Amino acid sequence: MDKSTPVLIVDDYKTMLRIIRNLLKQLEIENVDEATDGAEALSKLRAGNYGLVISDWNMAPMTGLDLLKEVRADARLKNTPFIMITAESKTENVVAAKQAGVSNYIVKPFNAETLREKIEKVMVHA
Amino acid sequence: MPDGTAAPRVPDGTAPRVPEGTTSRVPDGTTSRVPDGTTPPAHPEDARIEAAVRAVLGSMAGDLSATEAALLAELEGLGRTVARAKQEIARLKVDDITEAHIPAATDELDAIVDHTAQATNEILDCCEVLETVAGRASPADAEALQGVITRIYEACSFQDITGQRIGKVVNALKAIEARVASITGQFMQARGAAPPAPAAPVAETATEGRRLANGPQLPGAGVSQADIDKLLADFD
Repeated sequence: MDKSTPVLIVDDYKTMLRIIRNLLKQLEIENVDEATDGAEALSKLRAGNYGLVISDWNMAPMTGLDLLKEVRADARLKNTPFIMITAESKTENVVAAKQAGVSNYIVKPFNAETLREKIEKVMVHA
Repeated sequence: MPDGTAAPRVPDGTAPRVPEGTTSRVPDGTTSRVPDGTTPPAHPEDARIEAAVRAVLGSMAGDLSATEAALLAELEGLGRTVARAKQEIARLKVDDITEAHIPAATDELDAIVDHTAQATNEILDCCEVLETVAGRASPADAEALQGVITRIYEACSFQDITGQRIGKVVNALKAIEARVASITGQFMQARGAAPPAPAAPVAETATEGRRLANGPQLPGAGVSQADIDKLLADFD
């Protein structure tokens, strides 16, 4: 993976954004931008050029799943790798995310090794 | 019968009676007398129940067995219990629940989220300082420090999970508040009083993402990361 790839992390908990940013920094991924809900993220994605999205699910007004659907429906953004990091751990959530085109799915609480592994996996296919 | 209605007869031709010495036991542990006219009703609601039981007795054709009489007495007891519950609901101070208890509880829960967020940010501040120190340490010490810092970052995600769980409790409290207001409102309307103002409806965008947003599951209720990986692999 090219570690200079711009990454957008999306979570309505600022503490969680800070934790993910720091974990990414340990993976030498430092070109990181943030958004606190799906709508803000979509706006940034359409205006920017991000190579990876790491998003929470449960946000308002636009959830992570709704953001994923918007991304996959956008001709320019549809191939952007998208990892969901969420506390939503029901099978129906994973199935819905996969059907919407998620690249990978991490359930909270997670560890740094899982994050590294999933990022490497989705970026290989990017 | 005092109201002049014809009472059904039990097999021996007498008026229906509950077996000697028995009274109906209502769920709150008290007992009540059958409507034999010996105990005057203590409350208008009791009089209504007694009249209703008499009407049932009066409408019954043919003989009435001791079992049926006992059943009627139980029904009367049940009616009194419902009437008492209605009176208690009518006496409920809904304003205390909706304006004091629930807001106080949600404020306390919000304070917990704020305090855990502050504490977590303090911990993260410390970790970031430690990372700077690790950069000046020997390779072995730096690696050891970095490993510990990573574990602290991982552990700090508790704040997000805690916040989401508390959010679920707050939503449950608000649902209880709305239900209590609705029930008491209906009883107050039935008694001719103005019901309390209904809680403002929560605007809900029914997207699939919102409908499936259930928050953290209790231990053992959700799927593990390993199960998720397997599930995703099955799609490929």
